[in-house]
Amino acid sequence: MSLRTPLGRVRGLGSAKNGTAHWWMQRLTAIALVPLGIWLMASVVALVGADRTAVVAWLGRPVPAILMILLLTAGYYHLKLGLQVVIEDYIHSESLKLILQVLINFACVGLGFACVFAVLKIAFGG
Amino acid sequence: MAHTDSTTRQRPTSPHLGIYRWTITMATSIIHRLTGVALGVGTLLLTWWLLAAATGPDQFYIVQNFIYGWFGRLILFGFTWALCYHLLNGVRHLAWDTGWGFELKTATATGWIVVVLSVLLTLVVWVLGYHVFGEL
Repeated sequence: MSLRTPLGRVRGLGSAKNGTAHWWMQRLTAIALVPLGIWLMASVVALVGADRTAVVAWLGRPVPAILMILLLTAGYYHLKLGLQVVIEDYIHSESLKLILQVLINFACVGLGFACVFAVLKIAFGG
Repeated sequence: MAHTDSTTRQRPTSPHLGIYRWTITMATSIIHRLTGVALGVGTLLLTWWLLAAATGPDQFYIVQNFIYGWFGRLILFGFTWALCYHLLNGVRHLAWDTGWGFELKTATATGWIVVVLSVLLTLVVWVLGYHVFGEL
């Protein structure tokens, strides 16, 4: 048994034992987003010219509501993972990097939950 | 010691974007990241649309007006292409994850296929949007 902390192992370039989590979740959400992305494009095309009444009636049905929630949760998760890597690659100031990571996490979780709330509100009767 | 200093400074730097000859594999990789960030902006538009639909007719009217304006259509067109490209190239990445398609010839071919298909798919979506479901 090692008495070194996970942080200590990472600083010594050892493994913190969760190296595949980011990669795996990115692929998992990617696979989910393939059919969901196609569904979004088809839905938006079908909704061209629709007023709010039509949009609310459509989102009020169970299948579109559930698919929209799945799309946005998988989408915002995938976006968070992607932006995290972009920041890690291009931002070299440690403090700015930390601030941006906190901001994209808050933004993705916050906006994701706001979308889920919006869909549920419409689905449960406007 | 001064001699060591100057030789250290004049070491060749590693090649970067300005030096490499552009290849389709390099371009598709860069575009994948760019479209990923662009899709983040597109998701904000989708979020605004949903929140407005949940809030009320006045708010929805504002979003609707924005989307149907020329600037909104431009953003939506870009969003469509970014989604088509990132989705298709994402499938290419998933194929690589299984170990398929790393040969130079295959990677080059799939790169061009993704670019061409993404443009075609975008046009199909917009033609359908304009001519089948309404004449806006």
